[in-house]
Formats: sequence, structure tokens, C-alpha cells
Amino acid sequence: MLAPLAEEAPAIMDQRVIDIAGLSLNFVTADGPVQALSGIDLAIERGEFVSFIGPSGCGKTTLLRAIADLETPTSGAIRVNGMSPEEARSRRAYGYVFQAPALYPWRNIARNIGLPLEIMGFSAQERAARVARGLELVNLTGFGKKFPWQLSGGMQQRASIARALSFDPDLLLMDEPFGALDEIVRDKLNEQLLRLWDLTRKTVLFVTHSIPEAVFLSTRIVVMSPRPGRVHDVIDCAFPRDRSLDIRETPQFLEIANRVRQGLREGHSYED
Amino acid sequence: MKNSLPIAFIVAVLIALWYVAAVFMNLSLQRDLFANGGRADVSFGETAIAALNMDRPKLPAPHQIVGELYRTVLDTPVTSKRSLVHHALVTLQETLLGFAIGAALGIGLAVLIVHVGLLEKSMMPWVVASQTIPIIALAPMIVVILNQFDITGILPKAVIAAYLSFFPVTVGIVKGLRSPDPLQMDLMRTYSASRAQTFFKLRAPASAPFFFASMKVAVAAALVGAVVAEVTKSEDGGLGARLLAGSYYGQTVQIWAALFAAAALSATLVSLIGLADQLVARRMGAAR
Repeated sequence: MLAPLAEEAPAIMDQRVIDIAGLSLNFVTADGPVQALSGIDLAIERGEFVSFIGPSGCGKTTLLRAIADLETPTSGAIRVNGMSPEEARSRRAYGYVFQAPALYPWRNIARNIGLPLEIMGFSAQERAARVARGLELVNLTGFGKKFPWQLSGGMQQRASIARALSFDPDLLLMDEPFGALDEIVRDKLNEQLLRLWDLTRKTVLFVTHSIPEAVFLSTRIVVMSPRPGRVHDVIDCAFPRDRSLDIRETPQFLEIANRVRQGLREGHSYED
Repeated sequence: MKNSLPIAFIVAVLIALWYVAAVFMNLSLQRDLFANGGRADVSFGETAIAALNMDRPKLPAPHQIVGELYRTVLDTPVTSKRSLVHHALVTLQETLLGFAIGAALGIGLAVLIVHVGLLEKSMMPWVVASQTIPIIALAPMIVVILNQFDITGILPKAVIAAYLSFFPVTVGIVKGLRSPDPLQMDLMRTYSASRAQTFFKLRAPASAPFFFASMKVAVAAALVGAVVAEVTKSEDGGLGARLLAGSYYGQTVQIWAALFAAAALSATLVSLIGLADQLVARRMGAAR
């Protein structure tokens, strides 16, 4: 399980990108307090691809937002790169991809990708270079001058991924980024994301509610259960880095997918 | 262009109705005039035509208004005090100055309200209450007070125009600055953007449609304010002064001509802002 935080040897601390201990989060709503997260313990090493899977309402988005300092925990501790989430946010330690592309409609794609670069004070040449690289990375070269409404949903989401990567953070937080897209586009983007991860060696936290997607993309799968949000199981997933979509038919894949489904069932995710 | 035929048809119908209404409204007055002039038993046709060409009708006919417009706009030199163009320009100056002051005040107030939480609850009731005071009563007071400080000429009238135009700007722009959706705001938070950066890169561009909508309302309100101010203090001229003079001397045609001029001025200003709106929207990537 999780070793205590501050007493850890520095060498091991360097590897740990995210350290969560006893995290609980309660929301105060009109209907009374809602316990979104309860007693979460988790450690994530550098270079991992960790998926969070669970039914709607199990707290996976809340967990991601707490790591990003978009929500405040009620108790427990989170350490991002050894710092508090607030400090990590002020140092721009991560890129966040939302469920919707959240592109600014009055900016063209190139200026959207350059938005974080403008805020962080990069020079104009540096911005242009990084935007061009970003467009190439997500196969959107030539679409820089187009506006978001001229792009399909999949292309907009690719642009938002390029935006999250433009300032080169080591940590990528993705909240169901392909949830609103159809399966064909989703498959393509899964492959692209994997290639990107292999190329850039970043640490990725990926929230999804698709079992095949989680098993295909991850090095580790965190199965969560709802009411209150808890970590039910953590499953290791050791497919080769240069995998293709065909592995989804292999017995190893199906075995892991079954373990995930079993975990979800045990966590009462399939009941009302 | 396919829109112009229905519009032309409607306009023609309206003008026809206007002529009918003018005949009916002026008929009894014209009959009395004929009776006083010793003419009895005048045919309906002659009375009707005379009713459409009276000196002081109850309701002027369209051609009378057009004639008056022609005389006071084209036949009179612009520098003369009888020229409608001269008066329109006076009103235009006051409107534009008042609109500029009102817009600046409105935007400043809106930015403050959005960024300082307490201001909304404490200021908005006063702002709303200020608009409920009848401007007809307030205008002379403002002019007199400003005259005490030696502020005369177009400035007091511009102040009254500003008074009426700042409110729609404030309300509209507060709404506009608050219009970005939560995800777009969260994005700024993940970049640890400062409040100023969030304002200039997110809130301000997002408020553009609200901005132009409020500007259209504000410029029309500024014109109303300028005209009302002129009615209360008519020595410096302007369309309001013309309205006042017309009603004082019973010159209904003059009144209507001034009304048309004010309406034309208002329509022009609003459509100019609409044009600016289109140009900006195109540059900001609006779907065409």
C-alpha cells in the first residue's frame, strides 16, 4: 500500500509524480452533504499511463479535479511533484484536457493552441514554433487558421490535446476526452494518444468509463466504486508500448478486461 | 433583394392608410375653415384634397412632411437656424458625446461589478433606481446645476444623454463578462492565469455580442436623452428645440418633420453599430 509521505527517501520521492493519502472530499449541496471521495490512497510513478474507470458518479472526475487544484479536499493530502496541488498549479505542472474541447470560439485553432503560451509569457517566435509542432503532433497541420466551428468534434478534441501539450508539462490530466465522440474516431484517437505518450514519455492520468479503452491505453487501471467514491482495485496492465488495436482480441486483453468488469461488479457499479 | 418587394408593398399600404387617416382627422377642421370663409356646400372631394394640404393640420399628409423635409434640408443653407440639418447636427453632437460618456461609465461600472463582489448588491439597486426618475423632471435640474458651474452648451445635454445610456451598457456588459462557461473559466485556472489575463483573454472577447447589443440600445437612449434635454432648454437649437417651437406655434408639419429627422438619425446610428458588430463578428470567427 501507500508509504508515508514526508518520511520517504528522496530518491523514491523523485519518481513519484502523484502521491495521494487518505483523500476525502465532501460536497455541500442543496440536498445535504455528498461524499464524493472517501479515503483514497494512491501513488503514481513517472511515465505511467493510469486510467480511472468507474460508473458515473463514482468520483473519478472529482479526483482528477482535486489533483488539478480545481476542487479542495475536505481531508487527506495530495502531493504533485512533491508540492501541494496549489503550488503545482501555479508552476503550471500539468496540462488538463476536459470532456468538451473548451476551445475559445473567437480564436482560430493556432491561437487556441497558443493560449497557454501567451499566458505563460513565451515569445512570439517560440509560440509559433510550438504551435506548429503541436499541430503536427495531432495531425492538424494546415488547420491553424480555421475556427473551431469549422472543425469536427474529433478534430476539436485533438486541438485541445495539442493545447494541453503546447507548454510541455510532464503531467497530463485527461477527463473522458473521447467520451463525446463516435467509436471510429475514438479508435483512431486512442492510437494517436498512445503514439503521443510513447513519443513524449509523459505521465498520463486518464478518466474513462470505457473498459476496452482503459485496458488498451494503460499501464495501470484504477477501478473505482461509487457512493462514496473509493478505489476498489488497482490492476497492472503490461502490454508492449508499440501495441495496435488488434490486441483487443487477444486472450490477455480479455482476461484483464474481465478483471476490470469483475471489480466494477464487486464495487456495485452495475446496481442502482 | 428578394426582401425589398414585400417591404415596399407594406410601406405602400401604410402610406395609403396614412392618407385615409389624414383625411378623416382633418376633415372637420377643414369644413369649419370653409364655413368660416363663407363657403358652404363644398364637395367631399374638394374638402378632402384641401384637408390634405392644410397649413396647420391635425395629422399632416405624407407629401406635406416630405415637402417640409425638402425645404428645410435641401433648400435651406446648413448654417441657417431654419435648416433641419443644422438642428440635426446639434442633436447628433450631443448624442455622440453623451453616448461616449455613458458607454465609458457603463463599461467601467460593469468591470467593477464583475470583479468586486460587494458592489453588485450595494450598487445595482441605486443604479436601477436612478433610471426610474422621470428624465423630463431631472433634465432641467441637471442643466441648472451644471450652469452654476459654468458648464453650458452641449455638455449638460450630453450629460443627460449619458444618464439614460449608461444603464443598458452596464446591465448588458455585466452579463457579457459573466457569459463564459465554467469549463472555459476552469481552463484559465489550470494555466494559473491572473485576473487581468482572464479578463482580457476570456471575459472581454466573450462579451462582444452583448457589448454591441447594449451599444445599440444605448445610442438610441442617448438620442432620446439629447432630445428631451433640448426640449427643456431650447436656446441652443437641436431637434428637440424644433419640436418645442413647432408645438408652441402650432406648426404640426414642422413637428412631424423633426420627428422623422430624429427617427432617421436614430436608425442610422443603430445600423452603423450593427455594421461594426458584423465586421467584428467576422474577424472573431462567427459562423457565416
